[in-house]
Amino acid sequence: MRRITVRSTPVLVILAVLLTFLITAGPIILAGANPIAAYAAYLVVPLTSQFTLLEVLVSATPILLTGAAVAIAFRAGYWNIGAEGQLLLGAIAAAGIGTMVGDLPPVLALPVMVVGGALAGAAWALVPALLRVRFGIDEVVTTLLLNPVALLLVNGLLHGPWRDPETGFPESARIAASAEFPTLIERSRLHIGFLIAIAVIGVAWYVLVRTPTGLRLRAAGLSPHGARFAGINVSRTLLGAALMSGAIAGLAGVGEVAGIQNRLTSGISPGYGYTGIVVATLGTLTMPGVALAGLFLGDLTVGASSAARSLGIPSQLGAVVQGVLLLTTIALLTQRRYRARAAAPPAAPPAAEVASG
Amino acid sequence: MTATSPALELRGITKRFGDLVANDGVDFDVRGGEVHALLGENGAGKTTVMRIAYGLTQADAGEVLVHGQRIDLRSPRDAIAAGIGMVTQHFALVAPMTVAENLALGRATGLRLDLDDARRRVADAADRFGMRVDPAARVENLSVGQQQRVEILKALSRDCRVLILDEPTAVLVPGEVDALFATLRSLVADGLAVVFISHKLAEVRAISDRVSVLRRGRLVATVDGDTNERELASMMVGRPSFGVERPSDAGPELREPVLRISDLHAAGSHGLEALASVTLDVGAGEIVGVAGVSGNGQTELVDVLSGMRAPSSGSIVVGDTDLTGADPTRMMAAGIGRIPEDRHASLVGDLSVAYNLVLERLDDFRAGGRIDGRRIREHAVALIERFDIRAGPDDPVASLSGGNIQKVLLARVLSRDPRVVVVSQPTRGLDIGATEYVRSQLLERRAAGAAILLVSEDLDELLALADRLVVLYEGRIVGEMPTTGVDVDRLGMLMAGRGEAA
Ligand SMILES: Nc1ncnc2c1ncn2[C@@H]1O[C@H](COP(=O)(O)OP(=O)(O)OP(=O)(O)O)[C@@H](O)[C@H]1O
Ligand SMILES: [Mg+2]
Repeated sequence: MRRITVRSTPVLVILAVLLTFLITAGPIILAGANPIAAYAAYLVVPLTSQFTLLEVLVSATPILLTGAAVAIAFRAGYWNIGAEGQLLLGAIAAAGIGTMVGDLPPVLALPVMVVGGALAGAAWALVPALLRVRFGIDEVVTTLLLNPVALLLVNGLLHGPWRDPETGFPESARIAASAEFPTLIERSRLHIGFLIAIAVIGVAWYVLVRTPTGLRLRAAGLSPHGARFAGINVSRTLLGAALMSGAIAGLAGVGEVAGIQNRLTSGISPGYGYTGIVVATLGTLTMPGVALAGLFLGDLTVGASSAARSLGIPSQLGAVVQGVLLLTTIALLTQRRYRARAAAPPAAPPAAEVASG
Repeated sequence: MTATSPALELRGITKRFGDLVANDGVDFDVRGGEVHALLGENGAGKTTVMRIAYGLTQADAGEVLVHGQRIDLRSPRDAIAAGIGMVTQHFALVAPMTVAENLALGRATGLRLDLDDARRRVADAADRFGMRVDPAARVENLSVGQQQRVEILKALSRDCRVLILDEPTAVLVPGEVDALFATLRSLVADGLAVVFISHKLAEVRAISDRVSVLRRGRLVATVDGDTNERELASMMVGRPSFGVERPSDAGPELREPVLRISDLHAAGSHGLEALASVTLDVGAGEIVGVAGVSGNGQTELVDVLSGMRAPSSGSIVVGDTDLTGADPTRMMAAGIGRIPEDRHASLVGDLSVAYNLVLERLDDFRAGGRIDGRRIREHAVALIERFDIRAGPDDPVASLSGGNIQKVLLARVLSRDPRVVVVSQPTRGLDIGATEYVRSQLLERRAAGAAILLVSEDLDELLALADRLVVLYEGRIVGEMPTTGVDVDRLGMLMAGRGEAA
């Protein structure tokens, strides 16, 4: 069973990518473009100039973080669909703190803002996690429902107390210069948020694979009953994973505010939290996988907007490709799971498996 | 019979899992109207070869013939179409649905469920084979024995001519075994071919016309059904077997109680009271057997002592520590080793054998903040050797054979020298060699002064191991007696809830 998992997971993901191209060829042709040229524009063109290459990393930054956030929660068996809301809370905190720390030097201002954003994301994740752990209330529903609430909060602030006093636009005031994320390369938008994302993924990988905490988290996700029986506090593990997940998603919000917009806007996230689910799934919930998938989707995002210009096809087709990719990946991975289950004695009574889905 | 070809024939079946050869050129056949038993140690390859016959696993080499015709088995669907049915140890029933719905699902070709047809088949089976089940009952409310009957009905309702049963009696209580055998006899009389996998030699002899023995993936012999047990056993393990029994020394007269349970009450899964006023002491160096028909509170008792179910009142004390309502961590810290009857749920199937063996005490296997992979592996290799687990340290537990999964859990518990052992059905599904080993391990723990609470449905096992028996009926202890010179009739009456009437 393990053999099947290890060897064919990357193969399946690649298969999913190819299948996606096949399926999306239809809409692309309908939009009046040559599918081959479109894919070249989506995937290859962004890698051909330094500017677009850096833009790929910029686009990848928030989804690397939300992808890692989602993957950690999913590994623990906590289905956090709320990375979007947690990201927005991180963004609110960053915008709030960012305007107040003007007197502090960057070495202090930046950590305060980063920690504040992470805490805000974790706080937004806390209530659904407590509801799940204490009362068994399904977190898929609660975390999902909190996303539009977070967006309302953003808009409430932007149309109320935080409205830009000078322009009157629904945007918050610009954060202090000392709170802006430094860029990594001159005249590019690539900011230290990218390094933060890579560091988070590295640490998460280490924790998941090498530490007792990570093993407990994986055990709790694979078999809550077996884990509890072995003395693992599954509730605490879930709670910890949920908060970690929220904090990392919050960091994505900090990066967008401090590294890109320098203020809170209502469009601060075009669904990075949801894309995180795609990244985590495509990356088969492993950290190296998340890194690859995040970069791949970053490439696709940049490619989709340039293809819109060069080939005249709607840029929304990029989102269509992403959506189809999620479906094909899930379809193939699920089918693999069934095969593996059928090929080995099941870990849980099949009656329960059938009953639950 | 010579002219007709066997209902099912396997020729030269070979199956490898990586380096492991699970089946090595196995030839096997079963004819209509006979029961052909398949014997072998844990991990010998019995389940694998039959999964191949049922299309669940694909062979690397060899062929499958049905009534002399080669058939291509890509999935169970092909096997079902060829008239082969299999009842695996884990049932594939949809728990919240009724019996009739489950049968109809098994036959459904399109979107329509033919419930009338299903009900007719249930009635028909009751008439012809004496298999009674209520078609309107929900599967989740049926006993294991009844669920098994539904599985058999499901296979029959697909008109199977070959029925494969993988350790069907491992989950049954004695009365149910008799009922199953009666059913099998009438099915065979009707011309069905039955493959019967079991570790219990007495059962194999009672029901089989022929017996085949697998050892480490190879077929060593096919013999007559009335071959004596001694011979069968030595074919399986390659040596004669010896029964393991408690030494007849009575032990010290006054044993200091180690585990003290008093006035324990606990609710079962459906909220009804499953344990009522259970009071019980287990002394150092003593094995107390819990006898009773399953479903009388045994599972809940073990759950409570495992820290998986909170008692509603009463107390549990080990030594000087009050463990009432303790979680698994505290139960383990107090020295309780726990082996419940559901091994699958007590392990993490998708994690490796090595990780499962240390999951209870990861903190003992760390190097700084990291898990110490090398020591975990060495630990696993040592236990695999000591408990004769047929698997590698990196294999996921879910890929192991049933008996080997059990050994993993036993190894995890017994390797920690627990002072209290709470164990349920320790040898269910184990082969003779492993059974002997496990029993001798429990006796060794007893000799070392551990207090052992042994829950078993196997009376012979209780009589062989326990110093003292208590009988559990409807959640209460209805009787207690020493094992020496036990009155089996009285025991039976107590188990049946007839109080002290006898
Ligand atoms: N899917 C799998 N992947 C890897 N190894 C496997 C797989 N299925 C079975 N095996 C191995 O093949 C061997 C034979 O297993 P099998 O389940 O056929 O044994 P068995 O005779 O039924 O044993 P038991 O009496 O314990 O049920 C075992 O060593 C087992 O670990
Ligand atoms: Mg088996």
